[in-house]
Amino acid sequence: MNPDLVIVTTAILVSSASALVGTFLVLRRMALLCDAISHAVLPGIVLAYWLSGGARATLPALLGAAAAGLVTVSLVEWLTRTGRVKNDAAIGIVFPALFSLGVLAVSLYFRQVHLDLDAVLYGEIAYAPLNTLWLWGLELPESWLVMGLLTLLNLLFVLLFYKELKLSTFDAGLAASLGFAPGVLHYALMALVSFTAVGAFQSVGAILIVAFLIIPPATAYLLTRRLPTMLLLAVGVGVVASLGGYALAIWLDASIAGMMATVAGVCFALAFLFSPLEGFLTTRLRRRRQRLEVAARLLVAHLAHHPQPVSEQEIMAEFGWHPRFLRQAREKALQAGWLEARREGLWPTSRGRALGQGPSVP
Amino acid sequence: MLELFTDYTLRNVALGSALLGVVGGALGTFAMLRRQSLLGDVLAHAALPGICLAFLLTGAKAPLVLLVGGGLAGWLAAWLALAVLRHTRLPEDSALGVMLSSFFGFGIALLTFIQQRDNANQAGLDQYIFGQAATIVAADVANFALLAGMALALLGLFYKEFKLTTFDPGYAQSLGLPVRGLGTLLTSLVVLAVMVGLQTVGVVLMAAMLIAPAAAARQWTDRLGVMLALSALFGALAGVSGALISASRENLPTGPLVVLAVSAILLVSLFFAPQRGLVWDWARTRQNRKRVHLERLLLDALALLQHGPLTPQALAQHRRESLAAATRHLEALEAQGWVRPGPQGYRLTPAGQQKALELQMALRSQPSVFPSP
Repeated sequence: MNPDLVIVTTAILVSSASALVGTFLVLRRMALLCDAISHAVLPGIVLAYWLSGGARATLPALLGAAAAGLVTVSLVEWLTRTGRVKNDAAIGIVFPALFSLGVLAVSLYFRQVHLDLDAVLYGEIAYAPLNTLWLWGLELPESWLVMGLLTLLNLLFVLLFYKELKLSTFDAGLAASLGFAPGVLHYALMALVSFTAVGAFQSVGAILIVAFLIIPPATAYLLTRRLPTMLLLAVGVGVVASLGGYALAIWLDASIAGMMATVAGVCFALAFLFSPLEGFLTTRLRRRRQRLEVAARLLVAHLAHHPQPVSEQEIMAEFGWHPRFLRQAREKALQAGWLEARREGLWPTSRGRALGQGPSVP
Repeated sequence: MLELFTDYTLRNVALGSALLGVVGGALGTFAMLRRQSLLGDVLAHAALPGICLAFLLTGAKAPLVLLVGGGLAGWLAAWLALAVLRHTRLPEDSALGVMLSSFFGFGIALLTFIQQRDNANQAGLDQYIFGQAATIVAADVANFALLAGMALALLGLFYKEFKLTTFDPGYAQSLGLPVRGLGTLLTSLVVLAVMVGLQTVGVVLMAAMLIAPAAAARQWTDRLGVMLALSALFGALAGVSGALISASRENLPTGPLVVLAVSAILLVSLFFAPQRGLVWDWARTRQNRKRVHLERLLLDALALLQHGPLTPQALAQHRRESLAAATRHLEALEAQGWVRPGPQGYRLTPAGQQKALELQMALRSQPSVFPSP
């Protein structure tokens, strides 16, 4: 099978599965909790590896990681509930401790075996085409099976519990009072995040999975106010990051997963700058346009009140404008047809005069 | 222990870890009180591309150059996260997460890019991910001391201002203090602390050195000055003990051990710190529960005595419990000195009568939950 195809489709599956659950993480303000989970997955994997007798099986690793994820969430919640430590500090305390345990165990007992830290950290998606298994007489990459199942699972979860997820995300109190058990949903979501983190860990590593979980949904968050659109956009951004990242990684001969995270970051930067809703540059441009429009109307109104043409100096003194700003405002008014240039100077047109009459103008 | 003073490597490692603990503990205190604990995590992760870029640009592996590069990248990530927060509605944790993961991903990409170019010089650049304390030499310790000294000196210089902006930013603003500037300065100082930690614990685990000592110190005191000192002390303690433990055997990485040491200190503080310790909390709850239980028993006994003799049978019927339990309860009351066995069942002692009266008064003076008829 074509290795490029396998890698790219694996990446797309990883990013889709992540974007589906990541959207709810971002909306529920649990983005950094999933960072903690993705780190804390390491001791779970090590434990499962040790319990299963050193075989690098996928299922024990999945279960161990999911358990570690739930332990992380429970520990963070317990620490927060004691009231001795704030939530963010609790996150920052739990995951380094668990991760340290994992690193220690790896360096003590698994030095020689095939569980090296590099693979845990940034994964090796380039090996995806090499790990294959036979199914229905077809040789399929293992990553397709794992990530495909996970994507399907996440998709089913979001589709089946869409209403419940939406309600408990935006109004947890109402959801609880209606009997939707937000707690159960919360832990189900956390379990899925852990599953996704470990399923993707072989491909993109324990830390970069955060990039796939958070960045595409955060990018989509900047672009829309609707949940279904946000889900679709998040998946879309994930796909773009997968494709672009792979191309760049091949070109520069660098880590594929790292490049995908980088491209996702660039997508976020673009959305931040150019989002039609609240993009940084978009907002500045809109403000500039509005300021010019107000200035142009002010200019027309001022001229309409004077029987004789008014000199530029007088206008600038009146409004405290810079000559360049006056020029821009005049340009705008001329374009809008509020002013016309006559021989003796600028003169308000009938439309321009109508502006001053109030809101009757369409 | 003695090796600490004789073994060259161990002394450097311990000194470096201790310096990291002191500066991380001191600055973490402010970061935690300002609810910016995880900003340190972002700063640390984001340092990785800076280290790689510094290496790519200068081609040298001078630790100080790499640390400065890492610091600059971390600072940039923090600044970007704050810009995103100021200009969009994105939740704070998402903004931090985006910066953390995209910078770290870029760092990993750069790292592999450097490794693929087969540059023999690069060996060891990835030590900054988990730290490799064993590579710390005397020159590194000098660098750490310089960075930590700078951070601590600035912290001491602006201590009053930092304290005010942390606890009452509104008042600080009204006094004309540059609150935002001071926030930026504190973040920059945290960057210095991260730079000290890159070589020892690495970018991934650095967050613990900023958060855990401060969280531990918080349990022991309510005063900022004491908390700062304790936090620095805990950090140093964790640093030295982590270094010592890792030297005791082969294949024990220092960074994770330092982090585990500081986590252990935090756990002990959480459970056993005077006043705030969870163990005392549980003990208090148990004691209260026991007291309330006994007081209820006394009131039940009083109610029974108004109608007849106080016998185990009567108490058992009144409280709908077994005879054995009722006997045990009466014995408990007797142990308190509130009742005494007599010929016709138990009687209240004077102390018991006094206590029962107090309880009834207390109950009466409580505003009733139910509306009076």
